[in-house]
Amino acid sequence: MIVQNRMTICATRQIADNIIEMVLEGSLVKEIASPGQFVHIRVTDTFEPLLRRPISIASFDKEKEQMTLIFRAEGRGTQLLAAKQIGVEVDVLGPLGNGFSADNSAPGETALLIGGGIGVPPLYQLSKELTAKGVHCVHILGFQTATAVFYEDEFAALGETRIVTADGSAGEQGFVTDSLARNPVDFTTYYTCGPTPMLHAVQQTFHDKQGFLSFEQRMGCGIGACFACVCETQTGQDMPYVKVCSDGPVFPAGVVAI
Amino acid sequence: MNRLAVELPGLSLKNPIMPASGCFGFGKEYGNLYDLSQLGAIMIKATTLETRFGNPTPRVAETAAGMLNAIGLQNPGLERVMAEELTRLQQHDVPIIANVAGSETEDYVQVAEAISKAPNVNALELNISCPNVKCGGIAFGTDPKLAAELTSAVKAVSSVPVYVKLSPNVSDITVIAKAVEAAGADGITMINTLVGMRLDRKTGKPVIANGTGGLSGPAVKPVAIRMVYEVSKAVNIPIIGMGGVTDAGDVIDFLSAGASAVAVGTANFVNPFVCPEIIHALPALLDELGLETITELIGRSHAV
Repeated sequence: MIVQNRMTICATRQIADNIIEMVLEGSLVKEIASPGQFVHIRVTDTFEPLLRRPISIASFDKEKEQMTLIFRAEGRGTQLLAAKQIGVEVDVLGPLGNGFSADNSAPGETALLIGGGIGVPPLYQLSKELTAKGVHCVHILGFQTATAVFYEDEFAALGETRIVTADGSAGEQGFVTDSLARNPVDFTTYYTCGPTPMLHAVQQTFHDKQGFLSFEQRMGCGIGACFACVCETQTGQDMPYVKVCSDGPVFPAGVVAI
Repeated sequence: MNRLAVELPGLSLKNPIMPASGCFGFGKEYGNLYDLSQLGAIMIKATTLETRFGNPTPRVAETAAGMLNAIGLQNPGLERVMAEELTRLQQHDVPIIANVAGSETEDYVQVAEAISKAPNVNALELNISCPNVKCGGIAFGTDPKLAAELTSAVKAVSSVPVYVKLSPNVSDITVIAKAVEAAGADGITMINTLVGMRLDRKTGKPVIANGTGGLSGPAVKPVAIRMVYEVSKAVNIPIIGMGGVTDAGDVIDFLSAGASAVAVGTANFVNPFVCPEIIHALPALLDELGLETITELIGRSHAV
């Protein structure tokens, strides 16, 4: 169920260039249904900026009623959020959208988790859930440069983890797909989140595999009412479009036209 | 006695608060969050004869205390709105105002005739002011003659009262208001969004794929208040006012300016519970002002 909750910031720290890891506590956490869902945060009590900011959930702990968000403090809204201190309450709407389902991999199988930049966070909770049920996870995490890299150790604790940077300053040089071309991984299902060109490349490379992609789009309401975040589908007539916020953000491969 | 009740053509409102068209879809999403029967009415998303996909993305951009949108009247088309959306809305005890859009007179007329027969549609809102579609829309709303012709054509076929939604993108809004009143409009809803543009700092190009978009949110409220004030002096039909309403205080302002009811648009995106919150806050504001009923506020600004 979607709730509006004033959540308390219980930890916040910078974990890479402009990347903030923030832990929020509140009863909303009990409603989270799957990794890859997001929350819509009001960063100010004024109308400047006006709209909420959609931020994906990196991990959560229902017993403690805590969730961890990882976001890039880039624009006005996320910078305001990043400046908030421990103990401050934040207006959070969520959980929103349909996330990844760990049910798509069976114990003993290998899952390939491919993340790009700020698309990496939702894969963390997914990997925790997959590894907990005995799925073998391989993580390919792409970043621009060494100072942008985060959560390498956290992912490494769950399974094989490759860091790929565009400039080669950390891990392998190139894009995630370059790394996979050089050293292929034998897997059953892939899960990916990141910039659209990366999603496109991943979907093309693994067109014969089962895959799930998490999309990003400018949003208004976050609940499916405003039609700001629509994407055309490949399936066409029956379902000409989908809304990233309420139909997604996670879709099976081949649904969204990219 | 219900202190918040307002009677308008076709509409017995238990309170004067309704979500504005385009900011509430067909009520499904908000209906998962709260009981829609609390609302005075619902203005459903614009319905056209055929399915419309709308404009390319990005469709929204934030601006100072506001936002631009160019959704482009995306909707599933008359047939499915009637069969699915309006049927689903029947479970709620709330009057529906159906926003009717089109490219030419003929499709406005067809949609109006059919949708006005739906059992839970109590009034039409004739959308002659959408700034984000290439044909129709705002072209009807900026020319008094075309606006009047379309109004009478729709009035001739509609089974329910017709409200005309005015565009603020004109030099004198009272001219259009008087034209649609003379053509038989039962009421006016105003204002639609103001045409605006935001540029990307890096590329210098518009942020919204459509180029221009409609400005809404708190930033437009003073313009809306001024226009409601002017139009309410110029016509004798009731006005449903809107533009930047975020709280009960804003509702007081619109009613004082001359509106008889108030629609809430963009604020639903900021706070999905804003409409019921406003409704609950209104009685205390009436007490503060020493008023018994909300209708006493209507047009206070004109008192000599």
